[in-house]
Amino acid sequence: MSSVAHRTSTFDKLVDRHFRHILLLPALVFLLALGTMPVLYNLFVSFQDITMLDENRSFVGALNYKRLASDTRFWEAWGHTFLIAAIALPVQIVLGLGLAVLFLPEFPAKRVFVALMVLPTVISPIVAGASWRLMFDHQFGPVNQILGWFMGEVPVILWTTDPSFVYPAIVILEVWAHTPFVFLLLLAAMAQVDRSLIEAAQIDGASPWTVFRRVVLPTIRPVLYTVILIRFVDLMRLFDFIYALTQGGPGTTSETISVYMYVQGFQQFATSYTGALAFVSIVVTSILIFVLMRRASIAR
Amino acid sequence: MSRSPRQRRMHKQVRQWSRMCIALLITIVFVFPVYWLFMTAFKTPSEIFSNPPTWVPSSLTWDNFAGMTEGDDLRSIFNSLVIATVSTVVAMFLGSIAAYSLARHRVGGDSLSIWIMSLRMVPPMAMAFPLFLMFATVGLIDTYPGLIFLYIAVNLPYVIWVMRGFIEDIAPELEQSALIDGCTRWQALVHVVFPMARAGMLATAVFAFVYAFNEFAFAVVMTRSEVVTFPVQITHHFSPMSAFWARIGAMSILGCLPVFFMVVAMNRYLVRGLSGGALKG
Repeated sequence: MSSVAHRTSTFDKLVDRHFRHILLLPALVFLLALGTMPVLYNLFVSFQDITMLDENRSFVGALNYKRLASDTRFWEAWGHTFLIAAIALPVQIVLGLGLAVLFLPEFPAKRVFVALMVLPTVISPIVAGASWRLMFDHQFGPVNQILGWFMGEVPVILWTTDPSFVYPAIVILEVWAHTPFVFLLLLAAMAQVDRSLIEAAQIDGASPWTVFRRVVLPTIRPVLYTVILIRFVDLMRLFDFIYALTQGGPGTTSETISVYMYVQGFQQFATSYTGALAFVSIVVTSILIFVLMRRASIAR
Repeated sequence: MSRSPRQRRMHKQVRQWSRMCIALLITIVFVFPVYWLFMTAFKTPSEIFSNPPTWVPSSLTWDNFAGMTEGDDLRSIFNSLVIATVSTVVAMFLGSIAAYSLARHRVGGDSLSIWIMSLRMVPPMAMAFPLFLMFATVGLIDTYPGLIFLYIAVNLPYVIWVMRGFIEDIAPELEQSALIDGCTRWQALVHVVFPMARAGMLATAVFAFVYAFNEFAFAVVMTRSEVVTFPVQITHHFSPMSAFWARIGAMSILGCLPVFFMVVAMNRYLVRGLSGGALKG
């Protein structure tokens, strides 16, 4: 048995001493090569002026950043991204909270319902987008049909092509897909709230609202902040749902910053310009995340 | 004022059942869009394109599944399975050993861990573009290795972060006594630590697999024709005016139901999996 311990060459000693670093090395190589290098590549290429037609590799300074500053489509794309987040995020948080309160006590078949609620969140975003593209179809989709039950006659709403309806459509898809996510995480957090605290408050005559605000909410607050952060980060890079539902249209009405990057990079092949665009979006999201993380103080 | 125990029990039951009815309604609202898409797989073309819509297909037709044998539909699901499986296995291995190093030895301290997590927050499209240029110069576009490398890198921060939490939950005494008994550090890790984290590792692997299987933004720019994945293939059935709904429905059933059951089976680890290890639940 003990012979294993005595068989130590210099190589074994070296491995033993640096074991912790050796374990980390392969992962770090991957992350540096495919995580950090692309960011630096963006920065590098953004100071050149490479386009589809012009492979000019000379450096042009901050030209692309100046172009960005005066590109209305760029600013509008940010506006669209923040607009969708500003509506969808509060709605899904409030709905998710409400559902968690509803699902907290025991009732028959609760586990089946909770399991089914997982469905919208775990299917591929493209499938979720396809579902709603079909739901919203103005000829044979059920959404307009169901609205017709309440309105007397079936309305003709072109959800995915009418400029005044694409935002409601996108928000509905986003809220539908991620309310269950918020709900599942908050339900788990609420299940851990001390029952005796709630009962003590009830005996003292506290209303359900007071119990929620004074007992439940303080306990789940860290989880709530984390959930908001995760959802915000995800909304800032919204791409799949737009691609499946409106493709940024009509025109550029629903173009988010990620969709604009896709258009510039892979349809216009504006290499250097996309580099600048991507770099700015990385910087902006990083700053926002950093600020939010400081506020939520969840960085461990 | 005071009710008999029997009345109180009745009252409680009524409340439970009414709660169930509301929960049922809400669940129907959330499941309905998926039901609707899935059902198109079993409808005839006239049922799909009827106005008013056909709520329940008159008889289940399997033609749309049979039709998948032509074209690239089945192949795209196969591609996704291969890419997601291989990238998950590699990411699990590299991520778990890295997580052990972070959890037990705190290499790099908090700043290294935060740097690793921050990589997951960057918009995929901002990374996809430079990665596309990098991959193009080394011929990795539209190849298995290209997408597999990419998903290893994307899943690594997730695996590291979640596994770090699981390993921190394991008492270090056992591996220490294994070391005293003459195990090498590697043996202690593989034969003592990992077996104890088995359930958590399985859950982590499931969520990493689901992510790679469902991912779209990277896949759409990195594939052309050879390794088109399942979500990308679905978008190939879209067209400006309409879409090949029957086939999209059939593909969605094959691509989503297994994923759904896998995740539901990981029930205990749902919170850690969904939140990417940010929450322990």
